[in-house]
Amino acid sequence: MKQQLEIKNLSVKVEETEILKDLNLTLPRGEVHAIMGPNGTGKSTLAKALAAHPDYEITSGEVLLDGENVLEMEVDERARAGLFMAFQYPSEIPGVSIANFLRAATQARLAEDEELEATQFYKRLYEKMDMLQIDRKFTSRAINEGFSGGEKKRNEILQMAMLEPKYAIMDETDSGLDIDALRIVSEGVNKLRGPERGILLITHYQRILEYIVPDHVHVMWNGRIVKSRGKELALELEKRGYDWIKEEFAEPAAKA
Amino acid sequence: MATTQTPDVDIKTDIGNFVYPEHHKYDAGIGLSEDTINYMCEVKEEPDWIRDFRMKALKTFLEKPMPTHWASKDLEAIDFDKIRYYLAGDQKPSRSWDDVPDDVKQTFERLGIPESERKFLAGVEAQFDSEAAYSNIKEIAAKQGVIFVGSTEGLKEHPEIFRKWFGKVIPTGDNKFSALNSAVFSGGSFIYVPPGVKVSHPLQAYFRINAQNFGQFERTLIIADEGSEVTYMEGCTAPKFDTATLHSAVVELVALKGAKIQYITVQNWSDNVFNLVTKRGMAHEDAEIRWIDCNIGSRLTMKYPGVILKGRRARGEVLSIALANDGQHQDTGAKMVHAADETSSNIISKSISVGKGRATYRGLVNMPKHLKGCKNNTECDALLINTNSRTDTYPAITTRGDHNSVQHEASVSKVSAEQIFYMQQRGMSEGQAMSLAVNGFINDLAQHFPMEYSVELKRLIDLEMEGSVG
Repeated sequence: MKQQLEIKNLSVKVEETEILKDLNLTLPRGEVHAIMGPNGTGKSTLAKALAAHPDYEITSGEVLLDGENVLEMEVDERARAGLFMAFQYPSEIPGVSIANFLRAATQARLAEDEELEATQFYKRLYEKMDMLQIDRKFTSRAINEGFSGGEKKRNEILQMAMLEPKYAIMDETDSGLDIDALRIVSEGVNKLRGPERGILLITHYQRILEYIVPDHVHVMWNGRIVKSRGKELALELEKRGYDWIKEEFAEPAAKA
Repeated sequence: MATTQTPDVDIKTDIGNFVYPEHHKYDAGIGLSEDTINYMCEVKEEPDWIRDFRMKALKTFLEKPMPTHWASKDLEAIDFDKIRYYLAGDQKPSRSWDDVPDDVKQTFERLGIPESERKFLAGVEAQFDSEAAYSNIKEIAAKQGVIFVGSTEGLKEHPEIFRKWFGKVIPTGDNKFSALNSAVFSGGSFIYVPPGVKVSHPLQAYFRINAQNFGQFERTLIIADEGSEVTYMEGCTAPKFDTATLHSAVVELVALKGAKIQYITVQNWSDNVFNLVTKRGMAHEDAEIRWIDCNIGSRLTMKYPGVILKGRRARGEVLSIALANDGQHQDTGAKMVHAADETSSNIISKSISVGKGRATYRGLVNMPKHLKGCKNNTECDALLINTNSRTDTYPAITTRGDHNSVQHEASVSKVSAEQIFYMQQRGMSEGQAMSLAVNGFINDLAQHFPMEYSVELKRLIDLEMEGSVG
């Protein structure tokens, strides 16, 4: 069986509007793929549909995680199967510390009669925090409550480090970050790259790809992947913008 | 979001839901009359003054109307003629678990009582239907002169203390259900802590209802003499029956000069139980009474723990958490009656409504005009999980005069679908996600609770939220 996340002919509707149309994409483990495209083209829809957000209705297609169809699975089952999404706008959970949140998420991955061993958990948590250069005081703060944009994104990366997903979908992780925060978050992602993990980096700007160099770049337009090439495609987009894509792939109806 | 509960909850997800066959030695029959009281007085071998007290209370109970003009109409569903008022095995509780009948012992073992006793308690009383099956106090506390027995034993063996305070904090006619309890009370604890004695570990009572169509009416009286300190914990469960079960307790606390009483309730009733309880304490000069009251389960709970701040600088506190799941109504709150200068009170109430569950907060804070330097702080926070939930707040704060201060804050928040999605994306089930949100909501309050209690509370919330997801 191939160790890859395979999206086949995926179509997705949101409130009766079709956003993704027959989208195809394959993300093997060990690779980083970037999805770029103008606003409103369906990039975040792809992320949320993969994670089984209840507002996104899948009308056709398949998503195979290491050969297993995940479309039959609930949100939490997909997560436990190894699919992680770094949120563009992560929710606040008042009163729940980062440590307790991660304990609950880690506990959820154990067998029903198995109890999480607290000292081991904290040892691992502190190792990951040291690796990502996150201050240990951070763990007692309520999750995302009063966090700056950069802190929210670092928290997402910390969760990814702890949960060790097979596939991580990073939804506009660079949005709202200043240049220093972008560098720190990118360093975190780079540390989590490896043969055991596929990363799908969704972004509007080329800038983050200077820090996280992708193996492949896909361009999305109007609910489809319209171009897939190496990392040089990102630079071309940076130079030329998205207009030439729009022109090249405009719907025949729109042309007329 | 699906919120219907499965009718056959398996034992793992609902810890108190199991039942043993009935074989009571003493049974007062169905319905309530003078005969019921005569039967009880005889088998319990009670003195005449108690018989008179009970008979008067029965009259008061029958005269008083149901408080449906302000409380839930659901109270009308209680059929007093179909309830059994007294069911008991042996009259004398055992001092050793070895002497407790097997089925009763197994009941409490399944509920973890003997284990907690070994671990962290100074004394335990375990009530099965109308009477205590087990009652024991550890030697260290007994040597200090601490009395911890059932109410029947208390009134017979220690009348000089019992009679002085019994029915003084909560008079029979306080409300219809305090009158009912006064007529047919049985079981509950009597505690006396001598001057200056600080009981280092909590005393615990566990109230178990096993019988169907039954009413449990325990009566608890705790007296902390001058400068003494005691913590009392009570736990309650019942199996899930199709018919209504009634639990109507009266709890009176007296904290004499400089004494401290902390009273902790962990209630986990099945959702056929009407839980109508009157709890009040009287705090003398420099004394402190704190109620920690956690209401999980039941069909309808009406409970407003109160403190009468009788002496100068007395302090009263109610910290309460109510979780109203589908089909449940938690009507809870607090009463603070300031009756002396420089008294202070603090009420923090957190309620959680799930599905069609309904949570109501009722508060009463009274500060008369002639008092000086009194303070009250009231905080009511409500959390709604899904849009059908309902929450109401009725804070009645009466302050007169310019020399007192009150502070009131209320908030309502919701657990959004986005929050649940976020937590589920991290691998938690819907029930685990809701449970985590609830635990976060009560976190700042639960931090003030004793550790064993916080752990138990978290476990109960986890079970309740697991069960609320269809």
